[in-house]
Amino acid sequence: MTEHSSNNVSPKTIEQVYQPMTRRTFLKGSAGAMVGLAGLVAALKPLLALEKGEISLDDLLQRHYRQLSPADLQRIMTQLEDKCAAEYGVRPTLQDLKPLEGVQFAYALNLTRCIGCRKCAHACLAENNQSRAGEDDISMSYIRVLEMQKGAINLETSTVYYDPETVPQKDKYYMPVQCHQCQESPCTKVCPVQATWQEKDGVVVVDYNWCIGCRYCMAACPYDARRFNYQKPTLKPEAINPNQNYLSNRIRPKGVVEKCTFCLQRTRAGKYPACLEVCPTGARVFGNVLDPDSEINYILNHKRVYILKEEVGTLPRFYYFFDA
Amino acid sequence: MTDYLTFLWRVWRLSWQGGWKFYVWMIFLSVLVLVGLNAWARQFVEGLATTGMTDQVSWGAYIANFTFLVGVAAAAVMLVIPAYIYKKEHMHEVVLFGELMAIAAIVMCLLFVTVDLGHPDRFHHMIPPFGIFNFPGSILSWDVIVLNGYLLLNLHIAGYMLYCRYRGKAPTRKFYIPFVFLSIAWAVSIHTVTAFLYVGLAGRAYWHHPLVPARFLASAFVAGPALMILTFQVIRRVMRYYIGDKPIFTLRMIMTVAMLINMFLLGSELFTEFYSPTQHAAAAHYLYFGLHGHDGLVPWIWTAIALDVIGLLFLVTPLSRHIVGLNIACVTCFVGIWIEKGMGLIIPGFVPSPLGQFVEYLPTLNETLICLGVWAVGALMLSWMLHVAIPIMNGSLRADPHAPAPALNH
Repeated sequence: MTEHSSNNVSPKTIEQVYQPMTRRTFLKGSAGAMVGLAGLVAALKPLLALEKGEISLDDLLQRHYRQLSPADLQRIMTQLEDKCAAEYGVRPTLQDLKPLEGVQFAYALNLTRCIGCRKCAHACLAENNQSRAGEDDISMSYIRVLEMQKGAINLETSTVYYDPETVPQKDKYYMPVQCHQCQESPCTKVCPVQATWQEKDGVVVVDYNWCIGCRYCMAACPYDARRFNYQKPTLKPEAINPNQNYLSNRIRPKGVVEKCTFCLQRTRAGKYPACLEVCPTGARVFGNVLDPDSEINYILNHKRVYILKEEVGTLPRFYYFFDA
Repeated sequence: MTDYLTFLWRVWRLSWQGGWKFYVWMIFLSVLVLVGLNAWARQFVEGLATTGMTDQVSWGAYIANFTFLVGVAAAAVMLVIPAYIYKKEHMHEVVLFGELMAIAAIVMCLLFVTVDLGHPDRFHHMIPPFGIFNFPGSILSWDVIVLNGYLLLNLHIAGYMLYCRYRGKAPTRKFYIPFVFLSIAWAVSIHTVTAFLYVGLAGRAYWHHPLVPARFLASAFVAGPALMILTFQVIRRVMRYYIGDKPIFTLRMIMTVAMLINMFLLGSELFTEFYSPTQHAAAAHYLYFGLHGHDGLVPWIWTAIALDVIGLLFLVTPLSRHIVGLNIACVTCFVGIWIEKGMGLIIPGFVPSPLGQFVEYLPTLNETLICLGVWAVGALMLSWMLHVAIPIMNGSLRADPHAPAPALNH
């Protein structure tokens, strides 16, 4: 047993522990507690800036999308419409389109035709209500167009920040990448709360009201296909697409992950994805693989098809192909 | 029951008793905690845009510190094994402190995960029955289980031993021995599962590597004991508890072996990455030498390697037989491994991105303050636990103050 001058619990202080509390100690303690409390309040002061209704009891108690009754979902969607109207100045029509029977979507992109114009990336923004700082800000677009060096399919020497006068450049070719809606999707496997899953038609969706924002899915994705709302989305009223869907293009809250859903608000209603419709070269082919007569089936069966990162074993529903 | 309440009341009273140095230290840490809390409140309002993270580098300092601290928590097992399996008497004097350190480390881990969430208000989604567990698919769900389980195990073991000591009774073996042995396996599991978080991601070549869990454990069994050696010296200097040199030098031996294994595994990794460089070695190239003009991590990793090597040189030579030399080794190893597991392991997993983009990462001030705050919470907890545990351990706080004090250790 060493004796040391700076012992902080001496026998004398221990003695006090056994004694009843004195008035003096009590007052001292209360004064200390007040100072501590004041410090705590000061530290938490930034919370005053929280918007009204940003965290409500309803939100905290809301169940997972797949546990909601149709009535509950309807009520929540109405609330979301009100909220969007109040915060962004546009009242959307919010729907919840279900997967169609006998449909499994697949997407193919013709690398011979793509000219790298990025119209698809912009159309994606216009359709899906992603946050953007300005007109040219396409960082939240679900499509990243890679400018590739001819002679190889090497991602490492590619760039997304190309900015020449005209495209395509002679020594380059272009490869747009978006969510591959993988059949063996690593993102849904790793989500700790099942906030993201694969629907019957093959589309991987996110329940934005259930996602906890851990971003494990982003770490798992081999295609850099997921975006995170690092802040509350900024959108001008004129930039908002009011035709919205619960599991796809509704305006996301801050702190959740979002991704390409093959525009399910359109494709489940029989339309093409926005990126396909806008493509000036017809490089994009979309359809139902379960339909033997579909164009997508023809491509997959007859063209030289390339699967990006096939070695990772994710079995994408997104394919690249080349014209002969 | 009333006995137990009296015990809690006395612990509470004792928590507030101490000399001025104790008060200065605790107030200093509390201020840091409040600064961190303030930074977190700002992050909560504005979102994770207050951090340096991006879509490309979607995990940063929080997850890096989390990973490192899981290792520190797991290292308690390096006291438990010599004490309970090899029955080294001198380790029994300190084994409790390892468990207390593990508790503080796990609490820090849980806090680091919480501050990393975009929606901390939905934390309960991870906890059934309020939430949905993606089990056994998600390794993060496994991590929630093993980390909380390890926390409970250590709380039980440490709490039970202290309460027995307080009452002057010998602990009943069946109430703690099974848990002690369970905690040994459990400690290994927490760091293994945490490694699997990364190893399981086939899309990230830098992490998808079977050596990672082994290296995690090896480096944890350096960093954890390093922190213990330093803490034990603080305890024997400023508190009324004698800790001899023997446990410290047992830990030195453990550190030395673990560091040798860690460096061997590092060498194997470097050989694999650089002898026949594949595209999968891009992250390692970026980390060690910079790639395509991006070299943000180069100074970090070489600092870490230099610290590791200095630490190892001290450990394997007689230099560390002297306590000053040993302390230098502890500090260099601790910091070296902290960098290695953070800037050296988490960040390069994201650079280059899966599509080949180079987006570099540096934590922001706000993010750093939050990290500092979480570390302060851990230091505050450990200080408080030691402050109340040591009077119980040395017999000055006991159920019946009039009974003769139990024999002190030594």
